[in-house]
Amino acid sequence: MSPGGTLDRRAVVAGLLRDRGDLLVVTGLGSASYDVMAAGDHDLNYYLWGAMGSAAMVGLGLAAARPDRPVLVLTGDGELLMGFGALVTIALRRPRNLSIVVLDNGHYGETGMQLSHTGQGIEVSRVAEACGFPRVDLITQMEAIEALRRRIHAREALALATVKIAAENPPRVLPPRDAIHVKNRFRLALGLAPA
Amino acid sequence: MASAEAPSWRDEVYDVLKQVGVKHVVYVPDAGHATAIERANADADMHSVVLTTEEEGIGYLAGAWLGGDRGALLMQSSGVGNCINMLALPACARFPLLMVVTMRGDWAEFNQWQNPMGQAAEAALRLMGVLTWRADDPKDVRPLLHGAATMAFNGDCACAVLLGQRLIGEKEWVK
Repeated sequence: MSPGGTLDRRAVVAGLLRDRGDLLVVTGLGSASYDVMAAGDHDLNYYLWGAMGSAAMVGLGLAAARPDRPVLVLTGDGELLMGFGALVTIALRRPRNLSIVVLDNGHYGETGMQLSHTGQGIEVSRVAEACGFPRVDLITQMEAIEALRRRIHAREALALATVKIAAENPPRVLPPRDAIHVKNRFRLALGLAPA
Repeated sequence: MASAEAPSWRDEVYDVLKQVGVKHVVYVPDAGHATAIERANADADMHSVVLTTEEEGIGYLAGAWLGGDRGALLMQSSGVGNCINMLALPACARFPLLMVVTMRGDWAEFNQWQNPMGQAAEAALRLMGVLTWRADDPKDVRPLLHGAATMAFNGDCACAVLLGQRLIGEKEWVK
């Protein structure tokens, strides 16, 4: 098997966002943002177009501020690797309502499919386990996605799941790039003032 | 200096953060922030979050603001360089960002390795669109931090208060 996996990233993300209810979503820049947009734009999505390496930490801050809501960070292996130290910061905080799903294709898909560290043997889920994440999953089968979706909504434990997806770039579906607009509509949807 | 009537500037940093409604103190430790960090850790109403590197705090505070909360990033001047690319987040999204930066390489510095980033810290912040103020006198800490917090949380600005090495005092290297 080539680095990464075999799962269809769009099907994985659509499956995770089904019946999303009160779920808050943060997306890492690049393909993860396109996948979430392809599953349907939503006021409670915060799409990052830059600030590479920050998605998990944005999720941590959001989860701390809103313990009443499930928070899902959807990002790629390359984006997570750039802020890899965040795993230990998050492991110490342990918010029960935060789930990080790493769409792991083992490559930097946005820049020409260069192999990433995960494509050369670094297994993120094992690192998360070593850091003390109470719930860690390595998912290679589509059948496991529904159970993961349910765990995200259960808010029972800080979780990280690596989902092994195929190294391919589906057609881009671009989310809005106006970060102020996306911020304000997110806050309005939570009943907060836009500024 | 410190007395019951006049709290030290070290306590005033935390007092101002509480007064402006900060609920998250995220930090990379520095001796100059020791009082604020100790008080944050002892405060049941405060999320006190130790970071591995300063740019983690910029993402964290953006997320907290999305969820309706205010926070502050405490760090040393050497960490400013770690934040440069991440400062695109408040610049593009106009997230409020309140940074309190203790200076090194600034005055009476024993360790010359602190000088390059210390000397460049304020200019680097301004290059990335962060508004800056410097406190070298204890009486300036409270008003400058209050003003920076006002412009951060009410004006959606990235704001940094630099606490000068003359304020913090000379580090004792050889005892």
